[in-house]
Amino acid sequence: MSFPWAKEYTPTTDFGQWMDKQLPLPRFIYNSVGAGYPAPRNLNYMWNFGSLAGLFLVVQIVTGIILAMHYAANANIAFDSVEHIMRDVNSGWMIRYAHANGASFFFIAIYLHIGRGLFYGSYKAPREMLWLLGVVIYLLAMATAFMGYVLPWGQMSFWGAKVITGLFEAIPLVGKPIQELLLGGFAPDNAALNRFFSLHYLLPFVIAGVVIMHIWALHIPGSNNPTGVDVKGPQDTVPFHPYYTAKDGWTIGLALIFFTALMFFLPNALGHADNYIPANPLSTPAHIVPEWYFWPWYAILRAFTFDFLFIPAKLLGVLAMFSAILVWFFLPWLDKSPVRSGNFRPKFKIFFGILVIDVLILGYCGGAPAEEPFVMISQLAAAYYFAHFLIILPLLSRMEKPEPLPNSITESVTGKPLNTAS
Amino acid sequence: MVRFIGILVGLFFSGWLLVSFAMGAKEYISNPPAETAEHAFHQEPKDISFTSDGPLGKFDRQQLQRGFQVYKEVCAACHSLRLVAFRNLEEIGYNEDEVKAIAANWAIQTPDVDPDTGEMSSRPSLPADKFPKPFANNVAAAAANNNAIPPDLSLITKAREGGAPYVYSLLTGYQNPPANLPEANQPGPGLHYNPYFANLNLAMAPPLAAADMVSYSDGTNPSIEQMAEDVTAFLIWTAEPKLEERHQTGWAVIAFLLIATILAYLSYRTIWADVKAEKKKKV
Repeated sequence: MSFPWAKEYTPTTDFGQWMDKQLPLPRFIYNSVGAGYPAPRNLNYMWNFGSLAGLFLVVQIVTGIILAMHYAANANIAFDSVEHIMRDVNSGWMIRYAHANGASFFFIAIYLHIGRGLFYGSYKAPREMLWLLGVVIYLLAMATAFMGYVLPWGQMSFWGAKVITGLFEAIPLVGKPIQELLLGGFAPDNAALNRFFSLHYLLPFVIAGVVIMHIWALHIPGSNNPTGVDVKGPQDTVPFHPYYTAKDGWTIGLALIFFTALMFFLPNALGHADNYIPANPLSTPAHIVPEWYFWPWYAILRAFTFDFLFIPAKLLGVLAMFSAILVWFFLPWLDKSPVRSGNFRPKFKIFFGILVIDVLILGYCGGAPAEEPFVMISQLAAAYYFAHFLIILPLLSRMEKPEPLPNSITESVTGKPLNTAS
Repeated sequence: MVRFIGILVGLFFSGWLLVSFAMGAKEYISNPPAETAEHAFHQEPKDISFTSDGPLGKFDRQQLQRGFQVYKEVCAACHSLRLVAFRNLEEIGYNEDEVKAIAANWAIQTPDVDPDTGEMSSRPSLPADKFPKPFANNVAAAAANNNAIPPDLSLITKAREGGAPYVYSLLTGYQNPPANLPEANQPGPGLHYNPYFANLNLAMAPPLAAADMVSYSDGTNPSIEQMAEDVTAFLIWTAEPKLEERHQTGWAVIAFLLIATILAYLSYRTIWADVKAEKKKKV
């Protein structure tokens, strides 16, 4: 499915024609990331983070498979097997640092990708399914990252596993059995480590499968663009290859420079010192914090400090934390403004800016110790977070008067009306 | 309908958060949390740099050998180094024979099984052995050390917030408790005041109590600060033995990526030239 003016794949060699008849794989590639896929000509650099997230997913899978060749998922030797990788496996330190920091870069890419979608209204019709699949990828990535952090079996691994699985305990009646099922016992131990390893190996391939559906769903309407205006004709698009392969290509190089600078020169900057201490169930770390990419949600979890009637504060925190992400599933139906791009929504633009700062504040508080004033700040910030998605966006779509939209992408690029621009 | 339910859920979460904030703020104002002595007296690690710092950092092998000597003559009595093998000492400049001799003459022998009787016994270490632990197990370690188990030092500079400067500060930070230190925070029996330690008092007696505890063969003056700096440098190496290889590889990788990225950027500019030119022409 594509625009009618998409270039047709025509094999020129005998082999190409033979292949096209039997297994049209070259045609498939040509139509999905080749010259046969027209993409809006005005995509800005915020549209590069999808391919970057894909790049880091590949980095994670490749380095992860190599690490699994040397890692031992046994509570007695897991920590030492990681150190064996760091010390005795040829270039093992490089593979492990790439994997540990690759997770962070995957989340950096995915957060900017989500932020792009939020600002330019990429979740709106006809791309709801594309957005929903993206939220599924994000949830799977969170589960994968959480379980991966447990595998080195350091202090933060152990206590992180204990705190996060402990969240399920807050669910009435079934909470305790769910927690025991997740852990395979009453506390994190060998059973938990083994199943986390198994699932940590499985889930990235599930993610890869959902990514394929995500890209498939993208190719039906094609990419959104900074104006949010639909593609109207061939003058609005350029072929994906070579235009966007070249643009993605050089930003992949740029992203890898940042990535390698971090993994070779500051490999432990985003980690926690306590995870270089072997797991010890008898010694609780002073501050248990998850990895940075979970901090905003962790702040929301800890923001609920008072019971509401019969609902305990802990359960409220758990419900709020999950709701904070699950609300994205409803976003296409909460924000009914017909205008996609935030560029033409003067009030939305302001609220979106506040949301970005708000999430950064939540992130800072989530990484800070659970003390005042951080709890009070996270309460205000979390209140805005929910208000933004559940109150402001629905009301704004009725009350806001959007600015006039350009007639076409080409008009917005060249500043000339459509009929003269082409 | 989605929006109606959404607004109700939003009002509930946001409303309850604001109520919680108000209750918390009231409590905070009426009953402000007192600053703890741990917070007031605790000090950030001292400013100290090592040759291994930064992207160009390299180890000073002479210093690592001095640091190893401090570990061997002072720290090794209580602290294990279980992730490091004698053979690794070749990486800090000892030759094969020296390593063999260090292993064979190490004060603690490597536990093993007697090949004739099958009884537990011990034997002199070989280069392939990891450094043997000074205590048979944690119970013995705690019993001999006022109930505090001396931590393994293999990863210590990565396993503590503040890293190597923290280790150096702790080693050189022992002092008499200040006069205004609250009674509850005075060092109890067997504890020692050190403001760089999170709860101010630790069980480890000052390990580098006096200058000249070791005598360096390279003529360096073994002051307390010098010994602390040397042993910290040695522990940076034990925690990150591939540091130099990492830095060198990093520069090579980044140089390659820079060239590749510049070429990719130039081809991007070339490919987009016609589209950009159209944009310019029309404006």
